[in-house]
Amino acid sequence: MNTFGPMWLSIQLALVTTAVLVVIGTPIAWWLSQTKLRFKPAVQAVVAMPIVLPPTVLGFYLLILLGPDGAVGSWWVQLTGSALTFSFTGLVIASCVYSLPFAVQPMQNAFESLPRQQLERAWTLGASRLDAFLSIAVPLSMRGFVSGIVLSFAHTLGEFGVVLMVGGNIPGETRVVSIAIYDHVESLNYAAAHQMSLLLIGFAFVVLAGMFVINRRWSER
Amino acid sequence: MRICAFLALIALVAEPALSSDGVTIAVASNFSRAAAELSEKFADDTGITVRISNGSTGKLYAQILNGAPFDVFLAADSERPILLEQSGHAVAGTRATYAEGALVLWSGEAGDCPAALRDEHGGRVALANPATAPYGKAAIEYLSTEGLWDSVSRRAVYGENINQALQFVATGNAAIGFIAKSQLTAPQLPEAACTWELPASSYSSLEQQAVLLARAADNEGALRFIEYLRSEAAHEILARHGYGVTR
Repeated sequence: MNTFGPMWLSIQLALVTTAVLVVIGTPIAWWLSQTKLRFKPAVQAVVAMPIVLPPTVLGFYLLILLGPDGAVGSWWVQLTGSALTFSFTGLVIASCVYSLPFAVQPMQNAFESLPRQQLERAWTLGASRLDAFLSIAVPLSMRGFVSGIVLSFAHTLGEFGVVLMVGGNIPGETRVVSIAIYDHVESLNYAAAHQMSLLLIGFAFVVLAGMFVINRRWSER
Repeated sequence: MRICAFLALIALVAEPALSSDGVTIAVASNFSRAAAELSEKFADDTGITVRISNGSTGKLYAQILNGAPFDVFLAADSERPILLEQSGHAVAGTRATYAEGALVLWSGEAGDCPAALRDEHGGRVALANPATAPYGKAAIEYLSTEGLWDSVSRRAVYGENINQALQFVATGNAAIGFIAKSQLTAPQLPEAACTWELPASSYSSLEQQAVLLARAADNEGALRFIEYLRSEAAHEILARHGYGVTR
């Protein structure tokens, strides 16, 4: 097992997960920021739950749900012929659940602080809802997007417990860097564990420092 | 002031954990249920309470090297107890084989275990992580000598320990799995479609050894527990869990 294989796998997982989360997280965040429905707190709670729940709870239910006999897994087996557990696709689904709040919350916060009049002005001038959203809400909420993207990327990179439960530790497929480090520590291969851990520490620092630099530039404007 | 009260509270809560009452044993996952039964019997007979910590042999070994507060180590191999003895983490002369394990192929869906193993489209094969679990290592040894490793390695999923390997098959997430014979008596195990005990000659024997750890050199209860493993009562429990015993 080389050092970069699991690292690269983790980065791929984080990239795909982040892309999916931007696509599904944006409408959720927008809806949450606009709705005045009575059950909004319930939806908010569901979105935020992965922050509170231990990874074992998520892992347990994902294992059942994504397994070949599970509700989602059996459907997937019929569709593709292979199961979702122990696969990269399965990890993407698991990571999306796990990192959902980290994408949605910053975006929702940004949407909620939008100047309402600008949107309403665009609507009265005949812009469609989508047009107004893309040309006004999105550019003005860039900071929320950047935070959401960086946080879901970083959070997925640091994922461990859920992967341990639904991954199956397959090299090149589900053995992400956190699992590889765990394996190395357990088998007393500290040199390899150090190598990967230091790489990850450096990477985390660069990503987070980069985000804070961007944030500062923005607030100085 | 409030911080002082908080610290006092922590000290109070932490205190019982530091007391040296009873015996704490580190147990290889395959032996967890047999160990629970043994400890209960041992406590009935001697009045000494036993606390059990489960994990793969390799993981527990690493924890012991890093100062884990265990008194007795029940490993799934002889290799790690020997290493602990050599490095001074275990008390010399206390190491002994307590059970002989056996490797079993198990499936909840395939009717014929060896055939399912050979079938390249037969779905995932679960085994315990060979780096830390002796049962996983034995499974790979078997697959290599049979010339099956190339095909199976592409379908293999690795449990963190043998209990997770069984869990992968029992939940239907893997089609077939290499498990310990002792796990067949698990009360929650779903009905097996096939169970096949591997020929004992097809892998190095799973000679499971126990050893008294250095920090328990003067722990009378811990020593008695190791001796208890050789008693008639213990042998009866071991046999019931599918282990071979040397008398």
